[in-house]
Amino acid sequence: MEVILAILIGVLYAAGIYMILRRSLVKLILGIIILGNGANLLIFLLGRIVKGSPPIIPGDSEVFESIYADPVPQALILTAIVISFGLQSFAIILIKRAYKVVKTDDLDEMNAIDKDS
Amino acid sequence: MLIAILLGFIFSLFLVFTGKVFRGKFAILSAAIPLILFIYFAQFIGRISNGEVITEMHSWVPSFGVGLGFTLDGLSLLFSLMITGVGFLVFLYTAAYLKNHKYLDRFYGYLSMFMAAMLGLVLSDNLISLFVFWELTSISSFFLIGFNNSNEASRKSAITALSITGLGGLALLVGAIFLGVVTGTYSIAEMLNSGIDIGSNSYYSIIVVLIFVAAFTKSAQFPFHFWLPGAMKAPTPVSTYLHSATMVKAGIYLLMRLTPVLGAHELWNSTLIVVGAITMVYSAVHTIFRTDLKGILAYSTISALGILVFLIGQGTTDALLAASVFIIVHALYKATLFLMTGVIDLQTGTRDTTVLRGLRKVLFPVAIAGFLAAISSAGIPPSIGFLGKELTYESTLHFEYSAILLIVLIVITKILLLYSGFVAGIRPFAGKLPERFEKVRMPSPLLWMPPLLLAVTGIVFGVFPGIIESSMIKPVVSALGKDGAEVHLQLWHGFNTILWLSVLTIVIGTILYFLIKPTARLEAGIAKLEFLSPKSISLKIWVWFTKFSDIWTNFFQNGYLRSYVSTILVVLIALTGYSLYNTAQFNINFDKFSKVTIYEAVISLIMLVAIFYTVFTRSRLAAVASMGVIGYAICLLFVFYSAPDLAMTQFSIDTLTVILFVLVLYKLPKYLRLSDYKTRIKDGVLSLAVGAIITVLVLEVLAEPVNGEVSDFYANNAYLLAHGKNVVNVILVDFRGADTMIEISVLSIAAIGVFGLLKLRLKKSDQR
Repeated sequence: MEVILAILIGVLYAAGIYMILRRSLVKLILGIIILGNGANLLIFLLGRIVKGSPPIIPGDSEVFESIYADPVPQALILTAIVISFGLQSFAIILIKRAYKVVKTDDLDEMNAIDKDS
Repeated sequence: MLIAILLGFIFSLFLVFTGKVFRGKFAILSAAIPLILFIYFAQFIGRISNGEVITEMHSWVPSFGVGLGFTLDGLSLLFSLMITGVGFLVFLYTAAYLKNHKYLDRFYGYLSMFMAAMLGLVLSDNLISLFVFWELTSISSFFLIGFNNSNEASRKSAITALSITGLGGLALLVGAIFLGVVTGTYSIAEMLNSGIDIGSNSYYSIIVVLIFVAAFTKSAQFPFHFWLPGAMKAPTPVSTYLHSATMVKAGIYLLMRLTPVLGAHELWNSTLIVVGAITMVYSAVHTIFRTDLKGILAYSTISALGILVFLIGQGTTDALLAASVFIIVHALYKATLFLMTGVIDLQTGTRDTTVLRGLRKVLFPVAIAGFLAAISSAGIPPSIGFLGKELTYESTLHFEYSAILLIVLIVITKILLLYSGFVAGIRPFAGKLPERFEKVRMPSPLLWMPPLLLAVTGIVFGVFPGIIESSMIKPVVSALGKDGAEVHLQLWHGFNTILWLSVLTIVIGTILYFLIKPTARLEAGIAKLEFLSPKSISLKIWVWFTKFSDIWTNFFQNGYLRSYVSTILVVLIALTGYSLYNTAQFNINFDKFSKVTIYEAVISLIMLVAIFYTVFTRSRLAAVASMGVIGYAICLLFVFYSAPDLAMTQFSIDTLTVILFVLVLYKLPKYLRLSDYKTRIKDGVLSLAVGAIITVLVLEVLAEPVNGEVSDFYANNAYLLAHGKNVVNVILVDFRGADTMIEISVLSIAAIGVFGLLKLRLKKSDQR
């Protein structure tokens, strides 16, 4: 399964980067979201994956007695998901606003700030 | 001594607040600063001439061995007295020269800053603090040269001067660090006492070359000399101060100061002699072709600096003695000539030697000053210039290698300098007064007293050389490492070769003066050869360099986000790919990996399809929806692999994002394909390459063992220390609680931003 996940991560990266390289602003944001997902999955996989043993200490004991999933990457990814949501929502509203003002979605036409549109 | 050095800085700071006072009538009061300093340094003359060396130490960065160590010996005393003495006269002169100038206070600020930096430079014992003061002189001289900042030529020459001297400053820093590493100290005194033979060190030539670059740029030696004539755009007091006694002498000072440390080595001596000789002859010849008084003085200054370098290069006791005397000679007569030029410029409105005649009738005291300076520069007795010239001839004549060639060169230089001194100091006053100058009035005494005083001093020193002999010159020579040398200055040496050479110089020079008249035609003639000069060559390099950086910048910094991203990615692919190619093992151990179940296979397939659909669909809604599917698929993967918290977060966040997107979707533009086929292929290849590299990287990392130290710590202590059983939650809210709090703040800021953008109502005028 790790191999499949590795390939999936690669595809997510490729798709994300391809979208970032587009001229359309909407695609740019979609690209960032996909790339973020890829990165999360990457961290997750590199912490090694374990099935059916979440990092929750069983009810009656004080420490883990059997194998458990690595909690550190999970904590990192949780933070990353939340932060990227902040970024995404801000970016989405920003392009909406920008479109209203400059009437274009094309990044190439947004270069000059003083150009009258 | 520290206070004395800082006084200038303090005063310039003080001027920031009280500038108004010093702009008007009270401007002259600022001359008190250099006067006080002059008196302060003058009181050391007695102690220094007894062979004492006064040192003062303030630690600054002791861990780097950088201290503010100050040494007052003969050499620094001579320079300090020149800096403050000429400085005093220049301060006085400025009060009248720039009377009622809008920015007179600023000018005084720069001037005193420069003076303080110069004092620091000549008094520093530590090479690093010497470098700091060296750079401060460059920076403050930049402001002084570019003082007429509304004039483009003035700004340009200020930048040229700064970049040339700044370049030298960098060389000085590197050289100083090399010296410090080789000798283990940055203190010049300790270097001398350490007894390390730097000459045999393998870094010796690097050090010497770096020090040379520093000294040659500062002291305007060929081929770095061209900033000096350009710097003549500055107001005359600046030219006087910078080019007679201070700034350009800093390089000379550095060479003299380091002579005991680095001197007496073939590389040192021959380079200095060659460069000095080229400079002195080259620029002495140039003076013939100039008609602007300041231009003549600029080139004769360069020539004089060349003579000094030439003498230091000889390195014998005689030569160093001659150099010390010549420094005084040059400071006195060159400052006089510059100040005199300023007066002429101010009163007649021109500096053109082809029209200036007969001014003695209207500017008599200035004419006396000019005449005295001219004979001092010509080396005619009884001026001190005669002494300087005699000593120069004597040491050159007795030099052990190719003395004949050197003496010919120095005599030629001296002849030409005599000519240029006469043109500058005598010609404007001789002959018949043209009609247009008949109305010229005598200026205020503040303008003619300083040059006259300096010129008379030159004669007094010449007639009574005893005044400076043991008090100034002897300590200088002993500071240069020639202790106990016989120093005996006198005008009359008897009939010998040197006297005949002097007579020859004076006769040929005077004949030259009567034969060659400075004309505009000559100046135009030399202008034709301008393209060969170091100035035009460096200008060309400059232009090419700008063009190159223009192309470079426009290529990489073109303002398109995607081209920046592509550049970064190409570099990433190249570097990571190269490294992977060399080190990757590619042995995937399938046994270690978990088995693929049907659920996972289906989820992966769904995700793959969703990714492709997001990328290739032409509908915005479909793209957003399938992006949501990608998110949910990842969410399910989190569920399979024991990350319930992640799954929950991913689920809610993904839902929110999709909702937000859909809400604004119809306010967004149509989802067009903007790039052409070729670009898409190019970008596709690039992104696939990155994806492939990431996959390989992941597989490589998975083959390595994992370090679970940190995870074990959290897992073992989650309950014991933090009393929580969900380890991920405990990490977030307890162990890394502060991080989470900051994260929440970031989210709130984003929320405020979103809110602000939504509620923003542009005024009619802002809407285009």
